[in-house]
Amino acid sequence: MKLKGAEILLQCLQKEGVDTVFGYPGGAVLPIYDALYKSEIRHILSRHEQGAAHAADGYARATGRVGVCIATSGPGATNLVTGIATAYMDSIPLVCFTGQVGTSLIGRDAFQEADITGITLPITKHNYLVEKTEDLARIVKEAFYIARTNRPGPVVVDLPKDVMEKEIDFEYPEEAINIRGYRVVKGYNSNQVITAVDYIQKARRPVIYAGGGVISSNAAEELRELAEKRKIPVTTTLMGMGGFPGNSYLSLGMLGMHGTRYANYAIGECDLLIAVGVRFDDRVTGKIDTFAPHARVIHIDIDAAEIGKNVEVEVPIVGQVKEVLAAINQRLEAIESEELNEWHETIHRWKEEYPLRYGDSSEGRIMPQHVIEEVYSLTQGEAIICTEVGQNQMWAAQYYHYKHPRSFLSSGGLGTMGYGFPAAIGAKIACPELPVVDIAGDGSIQMNIQELGTAVQYRLPIIICILNNHFLGMVRQWQGLFYGGRYSYTDMSHQPDFVKIAEAYGAIGRRIKEASQVREALEEALKVKDRPVVLDFWVEREADVYPMVPPGGSLMNMLGGD
Amino acid sequence: MKKHTLAVTVENRPGVLTRVTTMFRRRGYNIESLAVGATENPAISRITIEVAGDDRIIEQVTKQLYKLIEVIKINDLTDARSVDRELVLIKVKADNSVRAEIVQIVDIFRARIVDIGRDSLIIEVTGDSRKIEAIEDSLRAFGIIEMVRTGKIAMIRGGK
Ligand SMILES: Cc1ncc(C[n+]2csc(CCOP(=O)(O)OP(=O)(O)O)c2C)c(N)n1
Ligand SMILES: [Mg+2]
Repeated sequence: MKLKGAEILLQCLQKEGVDTVFGYPGGAVLPIYDALYKSEIRHILSRHEQGAAHAADGYARATGRVGVCIATSGPGATNLVTGIATAYMDSIPLVCFTGQVGTSLIGRDAFQEADITGITLPITKHNYLVEKTEDLARIVKEAFYIARTNRPGPVVVDLPKDVMEKEIDFEYPEEAINIRGYRVVKGYNSNQVITAVDYIQKARRPVIYAGGGVISSNAAEELRELAEKRKIPVTTTLMGMGGFPGNSYLSLGMLGMHGTRYANYAIGECDLLIAVGVRFDDRVTGKIDTFAPHARVIHIDIDAAEIGKNVEVEVPIVGQVKEVLAAINQRLEAIESEELNEWHETIHRWKEEYPLRYGDSSEGRIMPQHVIEEVYSLTQGEAIICTEVGQNQMWAAQYYHYKHPRSFLSSGGLGTMGYGFPAAIGAKIACPELPVVDIAGDGSIQMNIQELGTAVQYRLPIIICILNNHFLGMVRQWQGLFYGGRYSYTDMSHQPDFVKIAEAYGAIGRRIKEASQVREALEEALKVKDRPVVLDFWVEREADVYPMVPPGGSLMNMLGGD
Repeated sequence: MKKHTLAVTVENRPGVLTRVTTMFRRRGYNIESLAVGATENPAISRITIEVAGDDRIIEQVTKQLYKLIEVIKINDLTDARSVDRELVLIKVKADNSVRAEIVQIVDIFRARIVDIGRDSLIIEVTGDSRKIEAIEDSLRAFGIIEMVRTGKIAMIRGGK
């Protein structure tokens, strides 16, 4: 069959099971958009390429499938960069197609030429410049394969315009992918599994420290079985939220800088740390030599390079988290009921003594934490919660109990303000039946507020809860704690009327200043089925996120929350 | 810190070297020397990298290199039975009064003189790092005007 490059591209996408792509057109991708015009693939038009990238990312996080976005050459491609880096840091499978100038013009500083494969080299798992239409199908196939296998990540495929225009005789390459330098990790070292089982059975004060790997490996069930079989308390990272039910009696909530005291104390006191799909990030460990000082460490991860990167471990196990956990569970004997009583009592005491809590407003304002609690009370964990970055993100992690994997979407590694709302768009498109809420800050929401246009166009009932403190709150908090209270350029009092902005876009907007109205406003918003709702909660201006491990400090020395 | 020689087999494609060197830069590892070239298989190139570091660093470097899709194989030739060579050109000050002495040194090291100027000589040396350092030391007294090194290449001895 004679097909143009662009038509081949879309056929390949369909072969990969892609039904939705997020993108923004331009000169270099005209051939692709022309093919999309008559294609069954649904294209969601964002209002900024960054929005398209985050939406594809949100779609991927919500479903576990590969997210796809398209941008034109030059500025279109460079606008994707933050989205690609965000996905890279959190190991999210994306395939990003960028237009490129014609092959004969590459390297000549042609109009809207940008070296996007060069630019994205350190922020992609891999990238390609397609030089011949004949190579296209193989490359697209490889791109999806690389994006979703092993440790997932974003792959960029740069598509020169003439490669998209050219017509060739086409047959889909059915043969299996064979990349010499890339092998999918299969199996695991069973001796290490046996050692791990032995350690787990002997431990008196074990803790599971679970991260994003549990979610990307779809291993929540296996993790739960492990925890319940041996009654092991579980703490999750920001990326691991939902990987273990937050309302379980074994849950310790989040650990690290803004983790719970009881999670961090448990790390400090444990004799066995079972690290599952994590990378010992500095926001989690604090001062690394004081992290889990009394523990033997079992580290399970798909990425061999993560093992031993930041800490020495006794039992390294490279493999699919799901597979390895299943193997451990199979060999593990269920615990005698009393065995860990002492440990559980200790933890119980910490939980009693240091629950997450917050004070009343000094100015009669809404407490931001209260908004999150109400969102939880109304949705009971049966929703997708996206976040922006800053205090809003930490409160969303602390005060909502995530019950399911893929129900908490947040930029953990890169900490990208402006991530949450476009990610919510991707999530809502992926899961139209679930309520989708973006917990936002007044600063962050302004970074991609233009996506209201997208959400209105596609009639997406996303709820944006702006925790409006009229501050770049998290930065202000650090200025307060570590820079003598000099609030240098973090006052956000000059801000637009978010209600009017919502309305101007055709969304619903509402301002809430009374704590007594929080619940009702959320209830009303949850009833809306055909458009986004912006809830502008005016919250306590100088509320801080506590407890907190000061940067570089030990998890045992937390500020606040006591 | 101990120097390691890594022989990295890669796909012979544009951009592969950039991927490798970008990884070193980004993760803060320092390349001491680098040599790239074709192999007996035209689809495959060989990058020989000298990097200084303790075992932990070398392990990380190796694992991170393996994550690059176009890296096929890595051999650490440091402790292996291997042959390594580097080629160096040294331009040294050489007026008539010292020429004879320099020629003697060149002979001892089985190096070659490849250019004769009015006040200088260019000397070509091939050998392992120790030999190259030794001749460099011997010539320094005369005044080295310029020196270039290719970077080390290496190969395992015997049938492997
Ligand atoms: C794109 C980007 N720029 C800057 C930062 C640094 N930063 C981290 S939190 C924060 C403040 C966020 O303010 P807001 O969205 O109002 O959230 P709040 O902390 O007040 O809840 C800033 C500026 C960032 N994370 N991302
Ligand atoms: Mg704010």
